[in-house]
Amino acid sequence: MENFTPYSALLGGALIGLSVTILLLFNGRMAGISGIMNGLFNSPKSEYIWRAVFLCGLILGTVIFNFISPDFFIPRQGYPLWLIALGGFLVGIGTRLGNGCTSGHGICGIANLSKRSIFATITFMLTGMVTVYLIRHLL
Amino acid sequence: MKKLIISLLSGTLFGLGLSLSQMVNPNKVINFLDITGKWDPSLAFVMMGALLVASISFRIVLKKPAPILEENFHLSKRTDIDKPLLGGAAIFGIGWGMSGYCPGPAVAALGSGGLEALVMVISIYIGFFFQKWVASRS
Repeated sequence: MENFTPYSALLGGALIGLSVTILLLFNGRMAGISGIMNGLFNSPKSEYIWRAVFLCGLILGTVIFNFISPDFFIPRQGYPLWLIALGGFLVGIGTRLGNGCTSGHGICGIANLSKRSIFATITFMLTGMVTVYLIRHLL
Repeated sequence: MKKLIISLLSGTLFGLGLSLSQMVNPNKVINFLDITGKWDPSLAFVMMGALLVASISFRIVLKKPAPILEENFHLSKRTDIDKPLLGGAAIFGIGWGMSGYCPGPAVAALGSGGLEALVMVISIYIGFFFQKWVASRS
């Protein structure tokens, strides 16, 4: 185990838990990021603005954090951009087909004890692990 | 207006959580998925932290007849495990492992100004539109 950061992980996770709670309690929405991203181009205007504002908040959170703690995060260097582009393309297709990602299924769905979300989360964890194994250890 | 303030607050807390837990760092994510290598279980702890809060709070919130600022909760009522769900999740996992980004951290990492996050977010949208285009043909 290397660079394991249990406390900041738990605390960061709790902040995410608080975030999804607030959105559900006040606005009645599940904070599934892929769904919110997709809805940006697929909804009537009344449904579009809150999504745009949420995504701006997501960026703002990182900006605030970087401002408070500027040396905390060092961007990855030299990773092949085509792998990111292909990965992103697959993330886009997969989250639409499967109706959710790590936040929608992995956090909101599981917190709501949705059977679909539990199956989806197990599936993307497994294929993610196999993919990393292939890229890091076999290719 | 109130709903937009909640959206901004919720998004910002989400971004802070992803930053503090370093989930905006794709190496951290890939090291979690790399169970045969130098495994870093942090991502599991992020999920545990989020689920500890949300699994309790959701139970309380969803007992209410309606959310505070909306007429009703917008929830999926589906319970079927079908091929698109599992196939989609499988494809998502492959892309996640390749890039080290899922949608939340990809958007949040835009706040760090890296090229990777921009390429990732644009590619996710190309995937969305591609999937929609394929679905509209069949």
